[in-house]
Parts: sequence; structure tokens; C-alpha cells
Amino acid sequence: MLDIFDILGPVMVGPSSSHTAGAVRIGRMARVLLGEEPIKAEIGLYGSFAETGQGHGTNRALIAGLLGLQPDDMDVPNSFALAANQGLDFSFYTARLREAHPNTAVLDVTGVTGKKLTLQAASIGGGRIRVEQLNGVEVNFTGNFNTLIIRHWDVAGEVANVTRELAAAQVNIANMSVCRSKRGGEALMVIETDHKIPVEVRSSIADLKNIRRVTYYEKEE
Amino acid sequence: MALDSMKEIAECPTPFWQIVLETDMDERQVTAEASMEKMRLTWRAMLESTENYEPQRRSLSGLVGGDGEKMRQYSQNGDPICGPYLQEVIATALCVGESNACMRKIVAAPTAGACGVLPAVLVPLYHSGRATEDEIIQALYVASGIGAVISHRACIAGAAGGCQAEIGSASAMAAGALVALRGGSAEQIGHAVAMTLKNLMGLVCDPVAGLVEAPCVKRNVIGAMNAVSAADMALAGIESRIPVDEVIDCMGDVGCRLPMELRETALGGLAATPFGQSVKETMKHL
Repeated sequence: MLDIFDILGPVMVGPSSSHTAGAVRIGRMARVLLGEEPIKAEIGLYGSFAETGQGHGTNRALIAGLLGLQPDDMDVPNSFALAANQGLDFSFYTARLREAHPNTAVLDVTGVTGKKLTLQAASIGGGRIRVEQLNGVEVNFTGNFNTLIIRHWDVAGEVANVTRELAAAQVNIANMSVCRSKRGGEALMVIETDHKIPVEVRSSIADLKNIRRVTYYEKEE
Repeated sequence: MALDSMKEIAECPTPFWQIVLETDMDERQVTAEASMEKMRLTWRAMLESTENYEPQRRSLSGLVGGDGEKMRQYSQNGDPICGPYLQEVIATALCVGESNACMRKIVAAPTAGACGVLPAVLVPLYHSGRATEDEIIQALYVASGIGAVISHRACIAGAAGGCQAEIGSASAMAAGALVALRGGSAEQIGHAVAMTLKNLMGLVCDPVAGLVEAPCVKRNVIGAMNAVSAADMALAGIESRIPVDEVIDCMGDVGCRLPMELRETALGGLAATPFGQSVKETMKHL
């Protein structure tokens, strides 16, 4: 999708669209997908993120995103102090990955009720990001669309059940992927849509029989 | 329209800026008002990025800060070679580039590393009453359309195609915006874009210690000055001999051929000088 405000924009705190703005977005994505206030984060930096992240404020940007800040928030550089105030405990390490994008971060996040999330994402240029792994499952989505992430059981007809709800609400699917751990086992559906997905549609999907959990990321305005 | 060819845009009877506006309305499913409001906010953020400069700030490495102020002092107290507009172009490019390195708010145009180029050529015109906000908003549509074509046919990031892709694209966008502001035709916009890209062809991305500081801030100045000269040439009726789409394709091709050491990895060029290496060492111990 072409968005001219990706060319002229984003409005952001410097110095680097990939190492700073993209890093904020990765942090924010982890927060949204966790679905609650994070209290602990262990963050692995890989490639250029590890090599030059310090000078680009990549570390502060990731924490800012985890705290829910947007890339243009003037508090991005002060995120470490904010984290201390809000009770987010964090640490960084140099990640060893195989064949990852040079600007990659791996976040292990724990929420206030004990929920856990592991997310691997790359900052792919101009502030755009790509989520590549979610709790160990390979995925591929960007946050450029409204995104529905559904953990479900691998049962015949489950995809149709979900898309029927979306169709009834006139929500158009732009991209979609489905994968599973094993036949009949845990599965993951990632659906990117043009339209926002109303909360009642999300809850009727969550109420379907073989759905385990529904997470929703709404595209930035 | 797909915004993938400068030639196609020039052949369309609709004004350049309006083609880009309509494309945005179509792609994002928004009204003209909503699109233009977003562009107005983008412009105001750009304007703010020039106003919030603080000369005492320094970047994390300490390499960058205070030069925009030096240029302004020289404009006031010295005997500059350039006239008042170009003096401000230089100062503004430095100020915004420095603010970016100091983690201040800027508008990536098309990237954060090149964020000083567009405001450098536009804001001084605006302040001196030679362009209104509405005119500038139209010019920004032209700039983003140019960026979209370059991004489609070649690339706009230093990591992908070197500085020629990053400052080069910003420079092309700025030149096109200037030609549009002065009432030039879509063909003239195309010639300005071709000339800017040709004049920066092959420029490598070699940031010291991998930071968007040296030589990036000052390259914003050359991007802006290049845009002004190309815009004036195009408005004078001077044409690029090589068609603009071919120049863009060629820039993308040259970018692909640049060794990875010269594409933002900080392994070659100025980053590999003894000075560059010493900064890298120092940063490790920060």
C-alpha cells in the first residue's frame, strides 16, 4: 500500500527513522499485543541495532514504545526515567540470531497480571516495521493495517467462522495468513484489514468455540 | 494513479499536486479535506522543527550541534558570499539536521537523515512572504509524489542505495516542490528532479560510527543547495538531456552496485577514516 505520509513523514523524534521511529513502533506493537501494562522487558538487539543502537537512542525508543508512546512524543528520549516511574523493569542484551534483518529486536515482555509475550520484529526502513515471530511462531505483518491476531485450535471450518464475522461487519481483508504447530494443535491466524474492527465483532470472534485468544492492533492514524 | 512514472504524471492534464492528492484519497479512502488537513499538520510540524532549534544542544556522540547558530551569526555579522535566501537555506538545513541528531522532533522527508532538506528550501520562502501556506501544501504534495515515484522505481534509504538515494531523493523532492511553488510545469518539475539526482549520483552513505551525524547533517545542506540550483535551472528552461524516469532507474541501479561497506554499515568511506574509527571506539565506552 502506498501512503504518501510514509514518504513525507512520519513526524518523529530523531535521529533515525529505522533506528528510532521504527524502534518505538516495535515497542508499541509488543505492548498492544501483550494487552496489558508491561512490568518487565528483556530486549535483545541484533545487527545494526546492537552496533549503533546506543547512539541512535534505539534502546530508549523501544522502552518508549513499550510505555505506549508514539514516535513523535518528545518524551521518547526520557523513556528510561518514565519506565522507572511506571514500574517497568528492563534490560538489554546482544541477541544472536540466524539470518535476521540487520535492524532486529527480540522482546520478552511480562505484563502486570503475569501474561508473557515474545516478539521478534525488524525495522525495515522509513520507520516501517515487520513482526517476524510471535511466541516462537513465524509471522509476517507490519502494523500498516488493522491487524487481528487469533490463537485458535486447528479445526476444520475455523477460518470460515472468523471470516464470516468479518464479512458480516463489512470488514475487508487485505492480507491473511494461517499456520499451526501440528495437525489439530495450536494455530495462529493473522488477518490484516482495511477497515477498523469494531469491539463487538472482536468479541463475537473471541466467543467462537475453538478460539483461544484474540488480540487486535489498530493502525496508527 | 500508481505514482510510478514521472513521465505519466507529466502527461496527465490534471495538475501534479492534484494527482498526488487524488491518489492519497483513493489509497487511504479519505476525503480531500482530511488529506489536506494531514498535509497541513505535516507542514506545521516541519515549520516547528525549524523553530525549536536549541544551539547549546549536542548529540549523544558530541559530534553535532551549534553549527546552525554559527551560520546565523555569520549571516548577521559577517560578509556572506550567498544572498539572504541561500544563507537561510544553509542555516535551516543545519539546524534541522542537528535537531534530529539531538533527538528533537522532525519530519522524516523522506527519511530522518534527510529531514533538513525540504524545510531548508521552503521555510525561508514562507518567512519572507514569497510563498503562502496553501501554496506550500500543494508543493508538498508534489514533493511526496516525487518521493513515491523514486521509492517505487529505485529507493530512498541510505541503507538500500547510499546517500544518493537518501539526500538525493530529498533533494529531488525539494527541487520539484520549488518548481511547483514558482508555477513551473510538470515537465519542468521532472527536469529539476533529473538534474538533482544526476548531480548527487554515486554519493555513498558512510556515517561515522553509524550515527546520523557526520557527514549527514552537512549533506542536508548540499541536498538543499542542489535543489535550489536545479529548480532555478529548470525554471530557466534548462532541460535534462536524460529523461527523468531513466535517471531515477539509473540511481537505483547505481545504488544496488554500491558495495555494502558504503551503504550505511559504517564500514567504509568517511566512517572508515582513522577519525571515524576513533569515534566508533569512543561510542563503545559511553
